[in-house]
Amino acid sequence: MSSYSIQSQNLSKLFGRRLIFKDINFSLEEKGIFGISGPNGSGKSTLVKIIAGLIAPSSGKIIHKNSIGEIIPEKLHNHIGFVSPYLVLYEEFSAWENLKIFAKIRAVSFDENKVLYYLNQFLLENRRDDLVKTYSSGMKQRLKFVFALMHSPDVLIFDEPTSNLDEEGKKVVYKIILGEGKNRIVIVASNEMKDLELCTEVLLLENFK
Amino acid sequence: MIAKSYALFKKDFSSELRTRYAINSLAMFIIVAISVILFSIGNETINESLTGGLFWVVIFFTAMSGLARAFVSEEERGTTLTLQLIASPSTVFSGKLIFNLILVFCMNFVIAVLYSALFEKFVVQNFTLFFVTFILGNIGLAVASTIIAAIIAKAGAKGTLYPVLSFPILLPLILTCVQLTLFSFDGTSFEEAQFELAIVVGYDVIMLTASYMLFDFIWKD
Repeated sequence: MSSYSIQSQNLSKLFGRRLIFKDINFSLEEKGIFGISGPNGSGKSTLVKIIAGLIAPSSGKIIHKNSIGEIIPEKLHNHIGFVSPYLVLYEEFSAWENLKIFAKIRAVSFDENKVLYYLNQFLLENRRDDLVKTYSSGMKQRLKFVFALMHSPDVLIFDEPTSNLDEEGKKVVYKIILGEGKNRIVIVASNEMKDLELCTEVLLLENFK
Repeated sequence: MIAKSYALFKKDFSSELRTRYAINSLAMFIIVAISVILFSIGNETINESLTGGLFWVVIFFTAMSGLARAFVSEEERGTTLTLQLIASPSTVFSGKLIFNLILVFCMNFVIAVLYSALFEKFVVQNFTLFFVTFILGNIGLAVASTIIAAIIAKAGAKGTLYPVLSFPILLPLILTCVQLTLFSFDGTSFEEAQFELAIVVGYDVIMLTASYMLFDFIWKD
């Protein structure tokens, strides 16, 4: 886990003729909390999606490497934990069922103790058997953190991590970010000053237009 | 990959049992389509050729009403991103294909049973040929429908686009299957139908290979 690295080489993205950002270069090694900031529409979500391998850049390259070598795009999802307001879990299943299904599809063992620990951390243990459609938006956001953490990924990507959360929820998230940042790469994309204060380095997207 | 695809299929199956997203519309479409045909022919007896043609027409439009939902339901619920985060493109395609294959087989089995019960001229003389046509036709229909569903899932006018895009792609399969069904009605031997069977086998192999090769590009952006 400690030898994981992400390198961005001249990353640019255009939607049609509209330039979102250009020539982004950075290198993230081993561990730490890395921030991405910029005004609305500056491309924060686009950049994190490119880092997670969910969309392709218009030009440039993102390289994920671990101790074995470069990770191929088909296998990248196993190394990523992702949280964002636009991520939607299956509402017709309970939280427990969702997490069990995700473990099966990822072909990783479902560690009940670990999942229970995270559900407890995010104050969801009592509601684990309720259908996700009955959850509030804040509870859904907290469940996404369990989804992102349950498979112990090498990289955690949090896009607007505290959206929809109450003060208690935010405290838990900050604790998780600080704790995970000591062991792995954590990327936080946000405009919230409190979120960005956790980061050791912040990339300002308005500088890449 | 098989275990992961099976897990994805099981997720879709459980989801379908709870939401009845595709089953209800498929069942309703089959009943309505066959009823309309029966009302329109009244007391007339339609010949074998028309019966075979109408059999595949009902299959085509029923597939159009239900099979797109494998991907459209994920897109409409906003869960596509979740799927991208838990599975590789080939796992997603395989899982969705298994689901659509089972749906197509169940749906077409019901259509075949209803046709044999309600249509006088739906009498199969060469059952082996009909069975092989049924299997190969269903595989081709499921593969083509799944990849087209993935293409149209992100588009705006999905409902219109799906049959429009499917028609030219499925036409060779449907026409050949209609011919093979007629052969099975008039008792043509398996050997005499080899050319048409080879077309359907070729169609299935090409569609399956092309789908796996293209799905990565369709899925990513």
